[in-house]
Parts: sequence; C-alpha cells; structure tokens
Amino acid sequence: MCNIRMRAFSGLPHRAERRGPTLLAMKNPIAVLPTSNRILSSAPRRTLMGLAASSLALAPMAPALAQFRVEVSGVGLTQAPIAVAPFKGEGQSPQKIAAIVQADLERSGRFRAVDAAGTELDENSRPDVSLWRQKGADSLAEGSVTRLADGRYDVRFRLWDVVRGEDLGGQSFVVPQIDLRLAAHRIADFIYEKLTGEKGIFSTRVAYVTKSGTRYTLWVADADGENSQAALTSPEPIISPAWSPTGGQLAYVSFESRKPVVYVHEISSGRRRLIANFRGSNSAPAWSPDGRSLAVTLSRDGGSQLYTIDASGGEPRRLMQSAGIDTEPTYSADGRTLYFVSDRGGAPQIYRMSVSGGSPERVTFTGTYNVSPAISPDGRFLAYISRVGGAFKLHVMELAGGATVAITDTSNDENPSFAPNGRLLIYATRQQGREALMTTTLDGKIKARLAGQGGDIREPDWGPFQKQP
Amino acid sequence: MFKQVTLALAATALIAGCSSPVKLDNAPVQDAGTSAAGSGANSGGMGQSGVTPVGVDRTATAQGPVGVARIVYFDYDSYTVKAEFQSMIEQHARFLKSNPNRRVSLEGNTDARGGAEYNLALGQKRSEAVRRALGLLGVTDSQVEAVSFGAEKPAAAGADEASYAQNRRVEFSYR
Repeated sequence: MCNIRMRAFSGLPHRAERRGPTLLAMKNPIAVLPTSNRILSSAPRRTLMGLAASSLALAPMAPALAQFRVEVSGVGLTQAPIAVAPFKGEGQSPQKIAAIVQADLERSGRFRAVDAAGTELDENSRPDVSLWRQKGADSLAEGSVTRLADGRYDVRFRLWDVVRGEDLGGQSFVVPQIDLRLAAHRIADFIYEKLTGEKGIFSTRVAYVTKSGTRYTLWVADADGENSQAALTSPEPIISPAWSPTGGQLAYVSFESRKPVVYVHEISSGRRRLIANFRGSNSAPAWSPDGRSLAVTLSRDGGSQLYTIDASGGEPRRLMQSAGIDTEPTYSADGRTLYFVSDRGGAPQIYRMSVSGGSPERVTFTGTYNVSPAISPDGRFLAYISRVGGAFKLHVMELAGGATVAITDTSNDENPSFAPNGRLLIYATRQQGREALMTTTLDGKIKARLAGQGGDIREPDWGPFQKQP
Repeated sequence: MFKQVTLALAATALIAGCSSPVKLDNAPVQDAGTSAAGSGANSGGMGQSGVTPVGVDRTATAQGPVGVARIVYFDYDSYTVKAEFQSMIEQHARFLKSNPNRRVSLEGNTDARGGAEYNLALGQKRSEAVRRALGLLGVTDSQVEAVSFGAEKPAAAGADEASYAQNRRVEFSYR
C-alpha cells in the first residue's frame, strides 16, 4: 500500500497506472464515493507527513493565471492557490464543471486559480505533486463527467492536498442535465469546506428583480447569478424579496393591484398567498428565523409602522409605536433581536430591539441617513447603506466595537444581504452606468460582478442553506 | 405645466367614460388577475431547482372629476402640501362629497434617491398629508385610501433636479 504513494513522491508521471489492491474498489462503479480520508487514502497519515516535511521544498509562488474568464477583482497572493483541472468528458458536457468550480472558489475570496489547462486527469488519477507544486498549487481538484444511457450525468471528483500528497476524498453525483451546474456547486462546497473548515455557499440561491421596459420580473438564480428562472412577471413593480428560512418560499412586495401588498410565494409550484393587503401600504417583509411569522411595515393605522403577521396571513400584531417612520425590519439569526430603520430621531437611523420587549436602542450614529440593515448569521456584523455626501454607500459595522468601514467605491449601492455562511455580501449597485449585482467579502477586498438577466437589476436577497437530498 | 396636464386630462375625460366604483376595504385582493404557468414548464426533470413562473395582468383604473389636475407636487424632503395645490384638492373634495360611492387612491411618490423601502414610507407620508387635507374639507375617510409607490413609478426618468421635482408627487387615482 505504501509503495504506491511513495512512487508519487519520487516523481513518476502523474497518470499512474491503476493497479494494486487498494485501487480495485475505486475502479468499480459506485454510487457515492466515501468522503473520509481513512477509506480512500492508502497510507497512514504519519508516514505521509514525515515524507512531506523532508522532501518537498517550497516552490516559488507562480503568478496566478486565470484559466477561465471570471469578473472577480482583488484576488492576490494571500488567497490559497488551487488548481481545478478540466474534468474528463466535460468537453462533451453542456456544462464545463471545472470552470464553474474555479469561479465559485475565486469569488469566495479565499482561493485563487492556478492554471490547469491542457491536463488530462480524472477522479482516479494520482497527481504528480512536484509538478503541481512547481505550478504553485497547494491543492488540486480533478474529476469526470459522463453522460449515462438514460440522459443523466455521472459527475465524480477527488481533491488532493499536493503539499502533503494527501488524498482529501471526493464524491460522485448522478444528476439530470438541469442540475449539472448544481453538481459543480456542490463540488465547490466540498472543496471549500475541506480546505477552510467552513460551510460553502455555492449551492445556495439568490433572488433579485429586473425591470425591462414596463415589465418587472422576480428571478431565482444560483449564487453565481447563473441559471436564473423567473418566479413572477408583472406589469407593476416588485420589491423586497425575502427568502423563507428553509428556502422554499419568497415573500415580496408587489404593486400589481396599484398599491403595495405582501405575498408569500412558493417557488416550485408558483402558488402564492396574499398575507398583507391592509388599508394603505404593506411592505418590507422579514421572516422570523423559525419561518412561522413575518415582520412587516403597514400604514393601516397611519404612518409606516412595524407589525408581525403569521406566515399564513391573518390579523397583524403591532410591534411598537413611534411618531415617525419605522420600516425595514430584520431579525437576528437567533430570532431574539429585531433590527429596523426609524426616523424617530429626525433622520433615518438603524435601531434594534429585543423581541421580548423593551425600548429600542440606536445602533448607527455616523451620518444622517442609514438604511437597509442586514445582520450576519453570527450576529457580529451589520451591513447597511449610508448616505455620504449624496452618495449611497455600503458600510459594514462590527457591532461589538462599532467600528465601521465603507467597503465599496461606487455611489449607488443598495440592499445588502449576507450569504448564509456570513462571509460574503450581495448587493446591487451602479457600475459604469449599468446596474449590477455584486458579491463582496466583508472587508471589501474581493468583489465579483454576477452574471444576471438584462435590464435594470436590483433588490437582491441571498437564500439560505438548503438540505441536500 | 399644470395647464398642459389639465388639457390632457380634459381630453382624456371626454374620450373615456366613467367605470363602476371598486370597493376599497380590508378584504384580500383576488388572485384572479394572475396566471400561473403549468408545472410542466420545467419538463425533463425539475431536479432540485424547479421554479414555476407566474404572470400578472394589469389592473384597470377609473375616471375622476373632469378637467381637474390630479397631481400634487412636493419639495425635497418635505411632505407639506403647498398652498398652490389647495384649490385642486378642494375640487377633488367636492367631487368625492357629491359622489359618495366613488373611491380615490392617493398614490405617494418620491424621487429616485435613497433606499426603496424608506422611500415607500416617505411617499406614504405625502399621500397621508393629502388625505388629511381632504379630511379637513369634509371628505369621508372610507372614500380615500393613501398608498405609496415610493420611488418605483417615476414620472420622469432623469437623474437631475428637474426630473426629481416631477417625481416628488401624490397622484389622485380614482378606482
């Protein structure tokens, strides 16, 4: 068993022959490859680490060559270098799996791509680690995509730590063609989690609204902006889409009856129910984390005030009373705190209140216009839009100390929303005269412009983690 | 500006007839105007990513008092009804009091600057200011609904002061 692994270190070509007792099991078709190192890697860890320390010198960092064109800015040498080799068979596949995985990893801000063009590897290839170290990679992903007789696709991959020459495991999926991109995103999630210890968000979805002429469309797309599908089209505006905690429904504000009303819309079926059509305007839906109710802004009693309402509709319960405007409610992930916007002090600022009662506490003190609060899932950060000298700019505040940073250089930012792992924000902005959806790391260093539908594009909301089948 | 609006409205009023009143109350809006595409839209395997599209049709609107301007304009960051609009509001009040079965929706709007939801609330302040003005003139509250479009339905598309001024408004929309 150890023989095979040691051969790789002595520099034999990476397309090692597939033989030996440990590899027989992998040659047979299997439904799901085990993800544990213990099953797939043949040599005990101790031996590998000993070899790694003595025989591998640190290769000079080669400049990253983007293998596929991705609109990501800011990636540099602090990101972990990973090579994602073209998947065997993807030339004939409708989706280029490796490119999707690579773009996901770069957009996360944690990785940069090492050029792997021209390599011919699959999930069973034992990589030539010295070659990949020379190219500047710390990790390598390889795999294959095969069309089955019934029209579905068999997608497999394996991840290697090429510093230690360690097999980090892999998976396989059988998916219909429509889910090929999803399979790629799940691969990116696996790699991200293996190498960072955090959950990946690449299989999540986002919602956003476009306006094209007199038509408004509410879209559901993958987290990379691709694969958008229309959930609602309307001749009147749609704003404030809000994902339910389990990701099956979207609440939103529709003006289709010539006044703003709130719908809860089941995405897969198109069934929707009107949950707030009270006198006046109904808007700003925000799900409670248990999915059972929504906070909303209603003007039924005069002025814009905050209420909660059952997710199935019914009588709203007023949350508080103020003389000004109270709007844009948003819950902390533990459901205990409600953040909101109020101009009770004369200008819109962000406040928070315990849902069990008590007086609201002001959170923003800099500037005269602070709106659109979003809270990170760990409760540590507040993202919001602040008007600075006439420009509307995305800011991130560390709630513990109050330190605040403006993280964009654009001036028409709106609607920040956290990814469910709290590491990225999506927001809408105007760039080079065009509206765009962007993702950014919380420090603003890595930004990506998302692919999306044409037309004015805005009102993004990032969906939750969804259970794998 | 107002003369042009008045003339245009007069012309429109001559062409269009009055339609029947529409009740405004707290009952839920019917979903009848929407159409859901069939679930076969994603045939060939919904996978886990299925989305069924829903389309919405336009809602019809009705006519108000003939020959009367129907837009009140506001200054920046203000929801005070200026004196120059008082006579217009009085004419609408007269119409509503003479036609107790008619309903009007006051649609508040803002210019494009700022967040969508906060602008919705600002537009609401404007429409409620006009509603209060009507109330002071004796109009029954149940004939009037104050709503807001925020910045979503601009009258002018530009990003300059002149366009912004045209968008800060409340429109009388009879149902």
